[in-house]
Amino acid sequence: MIDLPLLAAGLAVVLAVALVLAGWRMVRGPSLADRFIALDMLTALAIGFAGLTSVATGRGEFLDIGLGLALINFVATAAFAAFLERKRDQ
Amino acid sequence: MIWLAGGLMILGAAFLLIAAIGVIRLPDPLQRMHSATKAGTLGTALLLLGVGLSPQVSLGTTGVLTMLFMLLTLPIGAQLLGRASYIAGTKLEGLEHDPLENELGGRKDGPQI
Repeated sequence: MIDLPLLAAGLAVVLAVALVLAGWRMVRGPSLADRFIALDMLTALAIGFAGLTSVATGRGEFLDIGLGLALINFVATAAFAAFLERKRDQ
Repeated sequence: MIWLAGGLMILGAAFLLIAAIGVIRLPDPLQRMHSATKAGTLGTALLLLGVGLSPQVSLGTTGVLTMLFMLLTLPIGAQLLGRASYIAGTKLEGLEHDPLENELGGRKDGPQI
């Protein structure tokens, strides 16, 4: 028998390492596209965190946060892509 | 069932970690996007599947909806962002010549290969 809440808390530490890596790319990222990609990655990690938190605390409501983030992420990516495309014409 | 949920969660977190390492290590923006989108989507979907199978959280519609929505929209978002970053004149590593040179109305500062 394994302790799922404990496992979820441990996996959150693993995701924190990934969060640092993606955040580093966002700070460093030479081009604007790199920063947008890092934002995409950070949102995916945040959805993962929401799922893990719902297991670790036993509250299903945290999954709703993940759904909200997933909804926002698509709109943000589309808007940033349109912004990046328009930058060429300036 | 608990073992399956735990295994799926571990697999998902591992994929997300690999995706983040790819975002750091790969040389140009399009390759970084490939890592973030493919491995990131798979990792999040597996992790949410594991979360849905765990007895702490009942597999409601929210988890399934999140997973479906991510699987639907992340490829579209990556396509939009890839096209935009190509048009904005991103650097392409490891190509001899640019096959899209005369497409998409030309690039900002010409091909940077």
